[in-house]
Amino acid sequence: MNGITLTLRALHHGERHLEDELRAAAERHRTEHEVHHVALDLAGWSHEHAARLAEAGRHYALDLDGPPGHRDPGGALTALREKASQALGRRPEPGLLLLHDLKDLYLAAAENSLHWEMLAQTAQATREPRLLELASSCHPRTLRQVRWANTTIKNLSPQILGAL
Amino acid sequence: MEASVDRIADPWGGRTPYARGAAWPVRTDTHLAPGTTTDEVDRWVQTASLLHSNGDAMDIAVRDGRIVGVRGRAADRVNRGRLGPKDLFGWQANASPDRLTSPLLRDGRRLVPCDWDTAMGRIAARSKELLDKRGPGSIGFYTSGQLFLEEYYTLAVLARAGIGTNHLDGNTRLCTATAGEALKESFGCDGQPGSFTDVDHADTLALFGHNMAETQPVLWMRVLDRLDGADPPRLICVDPRPTRVARRADVHLAPRPGTNVALLNALLHEIIRTDRVDGEFIGAHTVGFEELRRRVASCTPEWASAICDVPAAAISEAAGLLGSAERLLSTVLQGVYQSHQATAAAVQVNNLHLIRGMLGRPGAGVLQMNGQPTAQNTRECGADGDLPGFRNWQNDRHVADLARVWNVEPSAIPHYAPPTHAMQIFRYAEQGSLRMLWISGTNPAVSLPELGRIRSVLAQDRLFTVVQDLFLTETAQLADVVLPAATWGEKTGTFTNADRTVHLSEKAVDPPGDARPDLAIFLDYARRMDFRDKDGGPLITWDGPQEAFEAWKRCSAGRPCDYTGITYDKLRGGSGIQWPCDETRPEGTERLYTDGISWAHPDVCESYGKDLVTGASVEVVEYRSLNPDGKAVIKAAEYRPAHEEPSQEYPLQLTTGRTLYHFHTRTKTGRVPQLNAAAPEVWVELSAADASARGLAEGDLVDVTTPRGSLRGTLRITGIREGLLFVPFHYGYWDTAEGYGPSGEGPGRAANETTVTDWDPASKQPLFKTAAARLTLVRRGDGVPAPAPTTTASAPARPDGIRPTEGGPDARATQSTDVPRGDSTPDEAARP
Repeated sequence: MNGITLTLRALHHGERHLEDELRAAAERHRTEHEVHHVALDLAGWSHEHAARLAEAGRHYALDLDGPPGHRDPGGALTALREKASQALGRRPEPGLLLLHDLKDLYLAAAENSLHWEMLAQTAQATREPRLLELASSCHPRTLRQVRWANTTIKNLSPQILGAL
Repeated sequence: MEASVDRIADPWGGRTPYARGAAWPVRTDTHLAPGTTTDEVDRWVQTASLLHSNGDAMDIAVRDGRIVGVRGRAADRVNRGRLGPKDLFGWQANASPDRLTSPLLRDGRRLVPCDWDTAMGRIAARSKELLDKRGPGSIGFYTSGQLFLEEYYTLAVLARAGIGTNHLDGNTRLCTATAGEALKESFGCDGQPGSFTDVDHADTLALFGHNMAETQPVLWMRVLDRLDGADPPRLICVDPRPTRVARRADVHLAPRPGTNVALLNALLHEIIRTDRVDGEFIGAHTVGFEELRRRVASCTPEWASAICDVPAAAISEAAGLLGSAERLLSTVLQGVYQSHQATAAAVQVNNLHLIRGMLGRPGAGVLQMNGQPTAQNTRECGADGDLPGFRNWQNDRHVADLARVWNVEPSAIPHYAPPTHAMQIFRYAEQGSLRMLWISGTNPAVSLPELGRIRSVLAQDRLFTVVQDLFLTETAQLADVVLPAATWGEKTGTFTNADRTVHLSEKAVDPPGDARPDLAIFLDYARRMDFRDKDGGPLITWDGPQEAFEAWKRCSAGRPCDYTGITYDKLRGGSGIQWPCDETRPEGTERLYTDGISWAHPDVCESYGKDLVTGASVEVVEYRSLNPDGKAVIKAAEYRPAHEEPSQEYPLQLTTGRTLYHFHTRTKTGRVPQLNAAAPEVWVELSAADASARGLAEGDLVDVTTPRGSLRGTLRITGIREGLLFVPFHYGYWDTAEGYGPSGEGPGRAANETTVTDWDPASKQPLFKTAAARLTLVRRGDGVPAPAPTTTASAPARPDGIRPTEGGPDARATQSTDVPRGDSTPDEAARP
């Protein structure tokens, strides 16, 4: 295991984690419509990143595919989360949970961003054009995930916190 | 020459062909109440149309204190005397016997009449209580695209600096938010680049999701006259329905709804591949071309063909026309704006013009259209999600400048986040942090998506709802206080159409009963709330429309929408005037960006832009490094599939839209005999192939169902693309037994029972054009055809046995091509 494989593994884990968290947040906040829809779109980006990382990993004898995730779209947990969200849709308190989730999403995306940075730097230093290309194509989307969480917190927090 | 024409049967009237570069000939349209002659008219009072965004100038005929008809204003640059069917007949709604004539107050399940003092006292008391206990974020305002400039500006001042709330938006969110956002993304600032006169000069017209024949019939008359004249323009139409525009097009692309970005990227791909770009213009006036080139490199017509279900050869053919145009005029409307990726797609149309250098010259321009007559004013006055005068909420200097105009501290104007958009205002009301919602001149209980949800939000006990309108609309029936408003013809003010033309609309008659102008209502509220500036003087210093207009001029001074050169007197008699209009441009400005891009510099721009997928705000530092010199921004976008795609359970796509004969939720047009008879009931459009596959026929009663709800209507078989349903969105419940919603659990009549709560993350405009649905037969129609017009995109695929739409003797209007004498003579020299 060298520095590159370490970083690939960390990123792969981070992107899958972020995808899971984005989907879970989309379900928990079914009644916050923009958050729900955009979070699902952004989960798709992380899904694609993880797949591309797994593909890249094969060149470094890394098996990153692993077992399928814990997600069960359309399954019982999804249904339960969405129902709970709708039941609580008339109350202000879930707003706090939303801010909490957005904060976690921001941090998870920021962590991935730092790992993409490390991967890109190492790829440059060790002349690994394949990895540099991968980082250059995925990292901008990670930064957009960070900015989305930031903007959403910025726009929603005055109303949510001000109304408590 | 004078002729009498049934303008329901022939909505666009007779032709006056003209050649490229020539002036559009005058044709004066007049309709007077049956039995009234021109000689019997006491006065003609100047105004413009309030039933679409075209701004057709007209005079109201007054006899014995009543409106008895209208006549187009031949001197006006917009319509040169012509009127559309809604212009000709719509005025009759003013005199409906069921106009609201007194304020109403909720008493348990009933609304009971009261006097103005009681109603306004109740509103002021609740406002003060909420401000005291819950703060300004507990109060929100949802206004319209149909009030006047003076009213929006007054509302913006009282909401933003008086109450101090960020929650003020218009129903323009549904019709024009993407137009504004797309202009901000590309040019740094709102403001329509082109002019309607570009129709006179264009050699190629491209209409993207814009059924101009029905949404702006008078502008379509201008196009028809060009098509019938010498050197006619080539016409490209992008629309999934067989509109009148599609029938006249050289190339008609009928893409699968929700695929506009794929189609536009393929068109851009072809233009770049065939090197039809204007390198000099790109270098001098834009940033971002390389990214666009990379983004569309793989977007071949074949790639787009698979996504859009349009032949690749047709895409190439359209690209060939766009690429070889020397004067290209493009227009964009709801087919683009009410889809997902709305802003991304609208911006690609801007990009088409930027890479081809088709901007700021006669015939070379973009028209990002509006749906409603005064939508432009909602945008510029800051009664929607922007600060007044296109000021940038992220730029502290702009906020300070606005504070100077209002003589308040900058901290008195909320600017910690973008002004709250309508869909989020309703979410705050649903979730309980917003406790008072004041709705003026709009009907969200029919016009917003997912009506079951909207009704339940409005009906909450904890939400105090004020509704200000002409009639007891579906929304008004759910209100706590109802305020009777005066309308067009009963009050004075100005408004601005989709090509920046400002018109004066003068009071012709008194409003019914105790109804009051919207401006008077807002001013009364401001007085009761005792809003003050930072020196303790009154925040709002004006008392009538003309003073409000002068106050707005001070706010607009030096801004892109500069009104300082316009006065009420200057607007009287002649033509409307296009802003910006100031000392140096006393006749107004026909086209923006004739000398490069003027409002995109980081210091002056209205917006630094947004991420088109996530909606995240771009910050100033980022914008400054991307665009330090203030050029136009070429913003590339990747195609993304819609959130709701057809499935086994919901196999069809559903799109909603307008018909020529109605406006908004039929509040006015449903009360006009000629217009109502032309389209009296809701219908559902389906292709012949889909109908025969399901064993359905014209006139069958069907249910359209989505995960949100159902509506019931009669089937019309048309040439619409396969796999697609269309339902007009105008029909609600005010003229049914139920009043404000469907009876019991049964299917409703409103298209928005079925639409989804989802919006474009950049413009926040809701998606009315892309949903998945299923169709079920309720009852055979026994050969009685659907109540859909035959003159429009709803025309039957097989006309046999279906009676053509006609208006009869009461729908006749005269059209005269004689040049009128006196003050209506077109002033060719002064206003090209």
